[in-house]
Amino acid sequence: MRITRKEVEHVALLARLNLAEGELETFTGQMDAILAYVDKLNELDTDGIVPTSHAVPMENAFRADEVRPSIGTDNALANAPDRIEAFFRVPKVIE
Amino acid sequence: MELFDLTIHELHAKLKTKEISSVEATKACLQRIEATDERVNAFITVTADSALQAAAAADSRIARGEMDLLTGIPLALKDIFLTKGIRTTCASKILADFTPPYDATSWGRLQQRGAVLLGKLNQDEFAMGSSCESSAFGATRNPWNLECIPGGSSGGSAAAIAAQQAIATLGTDTGGSIRQPASHCGCVGLKPTYGRVSRYGVIAYASSLDQVGPMTRDVRDAAIMLGAIAGHDPLDSTSVDCAVPDYTAGLQGDLKGVKIGLPKEYYIDGLDPDVKSAMDRAIATYRALGAEFVDISLPNTDYAVACYYLIATAEASSNLARYDGVRFGHRAADAKSLAEMYRQTRAEGFGTEVKRRIMIGTYALSSGYYDAYYIKAQKVRTLIMQDFLKAFESVDVILTPVAPTPAFKVGEKTADPLQMYLSDIFTIPVNLAGTCAMSIPAGSSAAGLPIGLQLIGKPFGEAEIIRAAYAFEQATEWHRQKAQL
Repeated sequence: MRITRKEVEHVALLARLNLAEGELETFTGQMDAILAYVDKLNELDTDGIVPTSHAVPMENAFRADEVRPSIGTDNALANAPDRIEAFFRVPKVIE
Repeated sequence: MELFDLTIHELHAKLKTKEISSVEATKACLQRIEATDERVNAFITVTADSALQAAAAADSRIARGEMDLLTGIPLALKDIFLTKGIRTTCASKILADFTPPYDATSWGRLQQRGAVLLGKLNQDEFAMGSSCESSAFGATRNPWNLECIPGGSSGGSAAAIAAQQAIATLGTDTGGSIRQPASHCGCVGLKPTYGRVSRYGVIAYASSLDQVGPMTRDVRDAAIMLGAIAGHDPLDSTSVDCAVPDYTAGLQGDLKGVKIGLPKEYYIDGLDPDVKSAMDRAIATYRALGAEFVDISLPNTDYAVACYYLIATAEASSNLARYDGVRFGHRAADAKSLAEMYRQTRAEGFGTEVKRRIMIGTYALSSGYYDAYYIKAQKVRTLIMQDFLKAFESVDVILTPVAPTPAFKVGEKTADPLQMYLSDIFTIPVNLAGTCAMSIPAGSSAAGLPIGLQLIGKPFGEAEIIRAAYAFEQATEWHRQKAQL
């Protein structure tokens, strides 16, 4: 096994996902199969190869620091599941 | 010929002479959607009222003589493009009630030219899939055979063209999501070079791979659409600032002296016999058009799927962190703490394939595995890019199949994610290399399903593949075949 159920539970916690009992079971098997498949990358010698994070060679994209119109508070809050005044409301963070 | 079955350039000619109006063409498409979409399920949202208003505005514009090639043309968009004031779901329950406050740049550019929006198209949830079965709004069916998948993730964008519901559509392609459904539904699909088209306002899946492109009935339409959406956008810092040529300029039938590469790694034993014979016929057609063939090798092809499913999932796990129930989208009710709200919101809002990819990506980025999986995949990506750069030293374009088989049956691959992932084996390397490619109709299977061929071009070599695609189209009749619904 490349990945255990306990590790899958840990990854779900990192990913902020509650997984149901059945999902944990299925994902453990499927992730194990997928990780076994991607192991084939180790057949390739990549010593000294520079990793590619971006397909097009590009330097930093700078722009002038200018004030431009934005969507505004009302638009920004229009899709909020819960709001109070000009804020997003969430469950209590600090006990 | 029905109004809903015209190409952009055919409809444009009729609008220009005022033989018909945009309102008439738009009504014809809306009626066709009404008559067929219960079976196909290509649309998540139909915007009939605003479409008719936009069509009327286009007609006034035409009357004033302020006409563009796209003015009054009824189009539809994959539901991954943000549309101001129109619900945009990305086929996910987590965005089922999301109404964007702004437009995607690509849609904005089409809108400025007077294009008419018919509605928003079905897809795999968050563009993760190859079959359009992972949508929270139900699977889209292939108009050529309703038992089959239309391909994915831009399955609705391809099916809407094949079902004659829209004149043209936009899709996105991260690992083949424009080309594979285009192939399965018998339309033209073009994935531009990374950076060619702005992604501002396109819901992100894997940011180093995602690209926007047109899906159309013929090659000329793809050239028209690409010309309209391509070009630098100050709002997308990954869009490249280089000139946009007139992609319709090189459309002529001659390919004398054009060198076409045939990579041996793509003509494998596992290739479906119908796909194989379509490719053999395509090679003969190209030879007759004056193209020269060169045998080439893309030696790292076999590693592309593994490389992709680490890079794409890693980027997805990061991009999808924003769906947390705080600012927009679904929020789980009655969570006692913020952490519990995040976890439960995401558990309720995401479908299985999205969760699976977030899990793989999170694992690949997690402490202790980052170098072994994510960095390793990025190094292999460099090797795959080098394969293409080397090949393009000796050829102008590369000709390959789009998918190893024609469209498969609904439900056939849902139980085995790895089998589903492998259906993108010929399209994924192009995204990793960041270059451009297109799928055009090139055959039909014994069961009557369309088969496409793929033309891969050099970075920013869209004009060359469009030219090669157009020459093939002129010499064949495949693009004239219609699905019978």
